[in-house]
Amino acid sequence: MSDATAAKEATAGVVPDVAASRTVVSDAWRTLRRRPDVVVAALVIAFFAFMAAFPGVFTSTDPQSCIIGDSKIRPQGFGAPHPFGTDPHGCDVLAQLVHGSRPSLMLAFLVVAASVVIGVTLGLLAGYYLRWVDAVVSRTVEVFLVVPLLLAALLLLSLFRNVHVGSGSLDVILLPALVLTMFGWMGYARYVRASVLEAKNLDYVTAAKALGASDLRVMTRHVLPNAIGPVTALVPTAIAGVISAEAVLAFLGIGVRPPAISWGIMISNGSEWVTGGYAYLLLFPLGCLVLTVLALVALGDALRDALDPRLR
Amino acid sequence: MAERAVVTRTGGDDVVLEVRDLAKSYPVRRGVLLKRTVGEVQAVDGVSLTLRRGRTLGLVGESGSGKSTLARVLVGIEKPTRGQVLVGGQDVSTMSRAERRHLRRTVQMVFQDPYTSLNPRMSVGEIVGEPFRIHPDAVPARGRRAAVAELLELVGLDPDHANRYPHQFSGGQRQRIGVARALAVKPDVLVCDEPVSALDVSVQGQVINLLEDLQDELGLSYLFIAHDLAVVQHIADEVAVMYLGRVVEQGDDAAVYDDARHPYTRALLSAVPVPDPTARDLPGEIVLEGDPPSPADPPSGCRFHTRCWLARQIAQQSLAGPGAGTEAGGAAEGDGPVVPERCRTQDPVLVRLGAPALVGAAGGPDVPHTVACHFATVPVVPQEPPDLREPVDRSAPADRQEPADRQDPADRQDPADRQDPADRQDPADESVRS
Repeated sequence: MSDATAAKEATAGVVPDVAASRTVVSDAWRTLRRRPDVVVAALVIAFFAFMAAFPGVFTSTDPQSCIIGDSKIRPQGFGAPHPFGTDPHGCDVLAQLVHGSRPSLMLAFLVVAASVVIGVTLGLLAGYYLRWVDAVVSRTVEVFLVVPLLLAALLLLSLFRNVHVGSGSLDVILLPALVLTMFGWMGYARYVRASVLEAKNLDYVTAAKALGASDLRVMTRHVLPNAIGPVTALVPTAIAGVISAEAVLAFLGIGVRPPAISWGIMISNGSEWVTGGYAYLLLFPLGCLVLTVLALVALGDALRDALDPRLR
Repeated sequence: MAERAVVTRTGGDDVVLEVRDLAKSYPVRRGVLLKRTVGEVQAVDGVSLTLRRGRTLGLVGESGSGKSTLARVLVGIEKPTRGQVLVGGQDVSTMSRAERRHLRRTVQMVFQDPYTSLNPRMSVGEIVGEPFRIHPDAVPARGRRAAVAELLELVGLDPDHANRYPHQFSGGQRQRIGVARALAVKPDVLVCDEPVSALDVSVQGQVINLLEDLQDELGLSYLFIAHDLAVVQHIADEVAVMYLGRVVEQGDDAAVYDDARHPYTRALLSAVPVPDPTARDLPGEIVLEGDPPSPADPPSGCRFHTRCWLARQIAQQSLAGPGAGTEAGGAAEGDGPVVPERCRTQDPVLVRLGAPALVGAAGGPDVPHTVACHFATVPVVPQEPPDLREPVDRSAPADRQEPADRQDPADRQDPADRQDPADRQDPADESVRS
């Protein structure tokens, strides 16, 4: 093989792209918007986000005006006063679903976003610098892994008992968000640290260092993009986890408490009635949760593939 | 050879990179909470090298001999524990941060594995253009795209492929991308850490040719690390042989290859496969026993004595005939193999062999042939002939008589031609050149 054939081999097959300096992100966007599964998943997410932002569009019933005489009405279909039926207290299930979406989704995204930021940052620093940074981070991770979530939640609850945090939807979820974030970041830190250890010794990292690249540049441009993979797989399931964990905290009186409503509380309450013949009480909120998570999984997978040039 | 001589003459003997008594050790730590330093791994221990403009210094040695660590120290990724690195006559350790940053542009590196040396998530244009982002003053922002295209063309790639990703290229092409990235900052010195050992033999020739062409075109100096002796002989002007963190033999390409004096070098050379089928049955390969000792606990005295065939022979001879014992320094029984006392206790230094060897190309710098062995000048008649290419040497009675023999250009030229990797490894190599 000679230089000439090597060059020819390189030219063959691909039409030289005229578009100048494309980046991984712009390439990824181009790939993503052509995939039907991505479009459907994005629409599902947008639908629930819209519901959380403007609940009034979907129902005019007040989720807290519960008439005990109307309890346990089975789903009547759209057009009737209770399309999704009512719960044992006579509250409208549709209204609760719609109004419960906001605290649930806000909490989930807030907690996961904060956990990912904290975990990825600490994991990256620990894996990259090792030595005392790693010692501090790794031991902290272990401490947080050992403390039971409920115990810590109770402790925080008593600490903040007399602190008035307001009554807006953000204020309501602030305490559970704090607790769940505090005990949610460790997984990301460990996964990222492990991948960083692997990625940072590769030759392209050495090459960047030999060129005089700063630590920040090496970490953000070379190490992190190649170490973030495991995290993208964790995020969608973590969102589901947060939504159900919130119900447990609500039971302790932190965050969303009855008569205010969230998907987590609906799932927790509804599960008691499944065997009693009222499965719809569980299935409606659970369906919303599953739909959201599945859409996120599809989006996450597609995003990960699109951001990896090798899989395109 | 002719074109390289031109470069050397224009460059004179100005030294672009000098290493003085360089050492790099890594602490071995034990313990869970309180880490204690329980020992040191001497990866590189007292290496001195000189690299002149437009020349190529080949660095050979088996794995674990410290070649790659030396490379990492030279490009500034690792800090030396002792010694100096002088770039253009300036000591790197006394430089300020800004100066050191600028120095990075003088010494660049080409890596062994083209599959891990390119970030899979960056396009070729981004990879080759990254040096300009790190050193914004190198090329104005507007000219960067053109500069990347120019670099890709320089290494023989299609500039239109700047938007492709590394996985879309073959190994040889990826290595070219790596070379283009290193050249982006216009370095004087390229440290090539086994740049062709991961490549297909047919592609090796292409990359070697590319490196040689670039040297002629840009006046680059190479520190060429390899374990393929034939490749080193083809590209290098000077050769240094490393064993366990030290240089054991150093000198002009021809001097080291044709008149190797260190037993380790001789063993390495004898292990080079000979492409001539009639020569295959000739005895002469020296097989070293065992693995290199751990650099955390190097042997006393001469570091090679645990595996040295020459020392054992000398010891045997001195045991057989007490008269020869004075020369060999007396042999001693130990738990290891029987070797002369001197080899076990005294650390040999690099000494210049005989008369100054006039071995460089005409007008080129004088490169002394140095060897770190107590018995480099002792005439030895090995039971296993170490060097089949020069049977005359073995029977040479004394070292003093050899330089005249060595300097015979016809004598030297012949084996060098026979060993030419372009001839034996890559038939396409010559067609590329013409």
